[in-house]
Amino acid sequence: MNRPFFSILSVALLAIMATSHAAAFAVDPDVLGEIQLQVPDSSAEKKYLGISGTGTFSLPQIQADLIIVEIFSMYCPICQREAENVNKLHQLIEGNPDLKRRVKVIGIGTGNTPYEVEIFRKKYDIKFPMFPDDSFRVQKAASQPVRTPTFLALERKEGRRILVREIHIGAIQDVDQFLKEMTGQK
Amino acid sequence: MAKGPQSKGFDLLRWSDTEPRLYSADCLDRGNVMIACEKPLAFAKVLLVMFVLSYGPAFGKEVQTESGTIFDPGRLKAVDSATSLKVGSAAPDFSLGAVSGDRVSLSQYKGKKNVVLSFVPAAWTPVCSQQWPGYNIAEDIFMRNDAVVLGITVDNTPTLYAWTKQMGRLWFPVLSDFWPHGAVAERYGVLRSDGTSERALFVIDKQGIIRYVDVHDINAMPRLEDLVRELEKLPK
Repeated sequence: MNRPFFSILSVALLAIMATSHAAAFAVDPDVLGEIQLQVPDSSAEKKYLGISGTGTFSLPQIQADLIIVEIFSMYCPICQREAENVNKLHQLIEGNPDLKRRVKVIGIGTGNTPYEVEIFRKKYDIKFPMFPDDSFRVQKAASQPVRTPTFLALERKEGRRILVREIHIGAIQDVDQFLKEMTGQK
Repeated sequence: MAKGPQSKGFDLLRWSDTEPRLYSADCLDRGNVMIACEKPLAFAKVLLVMFVLSYGPAFGKEVQTESGTIFDPGRLKAVDSATSLKVGSAAPDFSLGAVSGDRVSLSQYKGKKNVVLSFVPAAWTPVCSQQWPGYNIAEDIFMRNDAVVLGITVDNTPTLYAWTKQMGRLWFPVLSDFWPHGAVAERYGVLRSDGTSERALFVIDKQGIIRYVDVHDINAMPRLEDLVRELEKLPK
């Protein structure tokens, strides 16, 4: 048996797999940061986000060190099942004075109209701001089709820029662990 | 650059040529394969298999899901039938077996409930796998409009059982139009040439009269508010 040959083959395959998986899904922070979202009507939500006025705003305008974005769809059964966990995540953050000051949570309903997002919000009594994305603008920032739910941890940088610090695709499972993952405490 | 995905439970939201499309998907975890390094041929074979599997979704025929797979048929002809039923027509009666084991007839709702017939093309396919979960969380809207949804596909009952189970507990009946194959879809003029049905909505009032017909682009999700708007037009 030609051991060196298979060793080299194994290493080569591992390298290709590692490369392919690492490049599997990425989000362009500059494109994401340019997406315009509707300023909420609710003064409580405006206060939460630290924005004012009317019209639109972009993610880097949110007054937080870290923005956790849930990309969801009202039609997605996994998003429906995860709603309780996302609410718990938001409660955990709001219950911790340090995190409350630094971290904000929002939802973007990709492929969803305002009407559909509102159904989702009411059904699961969601307390953080949620925004429709009926023209799939989030997709334009992604290297591959966006799977729902996808969670992004966005770090706000100087000059109205954001950095994608963490991407989590799929169910949260353990909320405490997930919070650590998103906030870089793991 | 951000880290790669964790790949636990997810739905895949995919856009194609013109219309975005929704997929349910889950678990791309490849698992842990423990192969002793002293067996390099076996190790290389396993890696080769993992490598091929890892590229499966990229080539687009199947993505793994929570309890099965979503088959991607690619982009299909938007509409492949022509219904003669129009607003104002009497809705053809039918009786089909439900996943619950009951027999459900359209006529049993006459004088009692407005009915939304929701034909979807096939189980375990994109869009279809999310359309009914959407109706599921909008139950109160249908109730408010004194309406029931009847979900219909041409799949057989065991397939529908497995498929709808992963949607959560649906509040409305799901009916199998499997045999005679697609007979109800054909009566409604929404049987496609490949034996699946269109993605079609018929709103039928309590008198059994069709009040809304939407034979939708099979590749796209009908907007919920369009349906609700039609329901709200019905006499209370």
